[in-house]
Amino acid sequence: MTSTKAPGHATRSSTAPGLVLRILLLGAVLAVTVWIVPVMIGQRQWLWLAVTVLAALGIFVLYSTRRLVPGKYIFPGTFFLVVFLIVPIVLTVGYSFTNFGDAKRGTKDEAIASITSNSVQQTANSRRQALSVGVTGGFTASEDPADYTFFFVDPDDHSVREGSSTQAATAADPDSITVTDGRVSAADGFTILTAKQVNEVYGTLKDVGVETSDTTALRPQGTTQAFEGTKTLRYDAASDTITDSISGAVYSVKKVGTSEYFVDADGNRLPQSWLQGVGAANYVRLFTDSSIGSQFLRAFGWTLVFAAGSVLLTFLVGFALALVLNDERLRGRRIYRSVLLMPYAVPGFISLLVWSNFYNRDYGLINQTLHLHLDWFGDPTLAKAAVLLTNLWMGFPYMFIISTGALQSIPKDVLEAARMDGASRLQATLKVVMPLLLVAVSPLLVASFAFNFNNFNAIELLTGGGPFPADQYTRGATDIIISMVYRAAFGGSGADFGFASAMSVALFVLTGILAAVQFRFTARLEDIS
Amino acid sequence: MTTPQHTSRRTAEPTPRRMPLGRWFAEIGWRHLVGFLAVVFAVFPILFVLSASVNPLGTVSSTGIIPKAFSLEHYRTLLSGEKGPFLRWYLNTIIVCVVVSVAQVALSVLASYAFSRFRFTGRRAGMLTLLLIMMFPAILSMIAVYSMISGLGKIAPMLGLDTLPGYIIVMLGGSLGQVWLIKGFFDTVPRELDEAAIIDGASHWQVFSRILLPSLVPILATTLVLSVVGVMSDFLLGSIFLTGDDHKTLAVGLYGMLSGDRSNNLGVFAAGSVMIMVPVIVLYQFLQRYIVGGSTAGAVKG
Repeated sequence: MTSTKAPGHATRSSTAPGLVLRILLLGAVLAVTVWIVPVMIGQRQWLWLAVTVLAALGIFVLYSTRRLVPGKYIFPGTFFLVVFLIVPIVLTVGYSFTNFGDAKRGTKDEAIASITSNSVQQTANSRRQALSVGVTGGFTASEDPADYTFFFVDPDDHSVREGSSTQAATAADPDSITVTDGRVSAADGFTILTAKQVNEVYGTLKDVGVETSDTTALRPQGTTQAFEGTKTLRYDAASDTITDSISGAVYSVKKVGTSEYFVDADGNRLPQSWLQGVGAANYVRLFTDSSIGSQFLRAFGWTLVFAAGSVLLTFLVGFALALVLNDERLRGRRIYRSVLLMPYAVPGFISLLVWSNFYNRDYGLINQTLHLHLDWFGDPTLAKAAVLLTNLWMGFPYMFIISTGALQSIPKDVLEAARMDGASRLQATLKVVMPLLLVAVSPLLVASFAFNFNNFNAIELLTGGGPFPADQYTRGATDIIISMVYRAAFGGSGADFGFASAMSVALFVLTGILAAVQFRFTARLEDIS
Repeated sequence: MTTPQHTSRRTAEPTPRRMPLGRWFAEIGWRHLVGFLAVVFAVFPILFVLSASVNPLGTVSSTGIIPKAFSLEHYRTLLSGEKGPFLRWYLNTIIVCVVVSVAQVALSVLASYAFSRFRFTGRRAGMLTLLLIMMFPAILSMIAVYSMISGLGKIAPMLGLDTLPGYIIVMLGGSLGQVWLIKGFFDTVPRELDEAAIIDGASHWQVFSRILLPSLVPILATTLVLSVVGVMSDFLLGSIFLTGDDHKTLAVGLYGMLSGDRSNNLGVFAAGSVMIMVPVIVLYQFLQRYIVGGSTAGAVKG
């Protein structure tokens, strides 16, 4: 970015406080960077390392010189934009070419370690160990077993070992550990969980095995103890196979679907897989699997109807009210305006949750007041109508406000001239006011369309996407694309993040096309002067 | 901002009573009828919430627009924390809204100044890219954000999952969300003003902080309020990131409470809604002039 003609360039005023402030800022950035970089390397957080180093470099380049003035103003917001909007989008595109999902998170080595450690069985001479569980940072009830570090104290020789699902047990550094009553009660860099917290996440912890040798591992047994036992599944690196020492079955790496698993001769596979690139398989599935493809298309159709319908309804009602209530002879115009502004002031999540109660078939306000017996959320058409009606309530005040503003900005003489030329009130409205007003508000209408296109809350908080057909759960009648993708990624069992990411990328592309159309449509953008 | 609504109201004092009733209705009266219907439509859900919040039974079936009995039972239950730490959620929401909105408006103002007043390579492309990115549904890259924040929590635990600061910095991804709007405001201030100041020896920072910013304070304050309500309405990010009861915001907490037992918690939910809704509605009434001006500033310029 080179700046030409920047104001202030000519006048190199350099005040003493300004200089001090600048030095303090750069010093602070340097200090934080130097302090945090080793931590990031220790935690293997390469992404954050890159972010930190690049940001620090950026700050030094931008704020140590007098040049690059626009950059100084744009940088702070851009930093957050890049880190929390653009980087995630890039990562999502990356995920869409993998099999990322439940039981497919780690590397192959981690998968092997976890498979073999999980097969530990108690034997006659299994030794009990006192168990403590620690996490780095605060306790968050994570479901990823790799987040927990296990500490074991041997009841006989009081030796302390630590390890995790991905790290074999090693002797702990006695200086960093505090042992109280034969258990680890504190460890440097870790928060030791209380019995209650361990209990809360025991579902995640109970299947974790911490490797102690090629043939043995430690496993939790209850929330305070662990036992050391023998693995029944053993990995052989030379042949890349896993052998079950009890049944004698041999599992070798084979592809099932798009992912590789360990599979035995009869075709039984071990559940744990690992993160793999799958090429374009997710996209192929999206576009060739006929049921998913048609669901996506149908959701797209309803998304268009929903977004266009919402804009049209809210605008028609808002504009009509603005026309009717903008008469100068009308008393109480200010009161009308104040009251009609109210729905706009209610936070959206409250409106949606309140409205969702109105549609209840048996005791909802709408059925009770109008003495109807409509099953609003049980019937696809009624559910769609309910969504549109609610969105009308939430959106018409905005359209009323902008229409009123635009109406008042239309010069009086234009109208007077039309009336003088013999146009009736109605004609003047239709032929003179309407076109002027549409020119003024059309960018806002297009923006409103784009907003509703991905209006996740309006669907999720009102109908939750329902009603769902009896036989399938991927898409309900009121699901727009974004809520459908959300359900695929987070809803239900067996999260398939790779596939959900592919759907997200497809929606990104659709949104991009929409934006391109909007650019075309919005003449205002042409004069970014 | 410069709509002539106030002058026009005064110049044309209506005198409807001089007309015959029939003509009065044809010209003006029907407008009141339409206005009345619109008011009913706009207000009934709000009245319902008010009514439900003071109806001691507190079930959906027993609540109408007009309360049949009056009791502050639900407010008492809510504040006592029986159904969840409501005051804690309120405080969390205030912290999140204030920090995020102030940061959003401040960072947008900085960037808007550059986009409005400087000419540099990539300026137009930057503005368009910004518009494109703000249109992307950020929700869809949530899996990536989740794993990023989980990683950040390992470096700096206070910024991890299920912490308010962690949630706040994720929300800051939308920091440049108001650039287009605010650049429009900057564009309305004549450039001659800052050029004169530059000739007098002001630096670009002084032009920004002493000349442009003060003249935009009212409209920026309004933008801030609109931004606060927008941030308050975030439900999805909150429900993914804030899982501990003490870390929830109002949207996440009240949703959890209502969906837990929809029928019996309605009254308490309504009481909570009133306590959120009423301050915002009152604020909007005070800022009405600016809100109307602010929403149309972009529209009528075209």
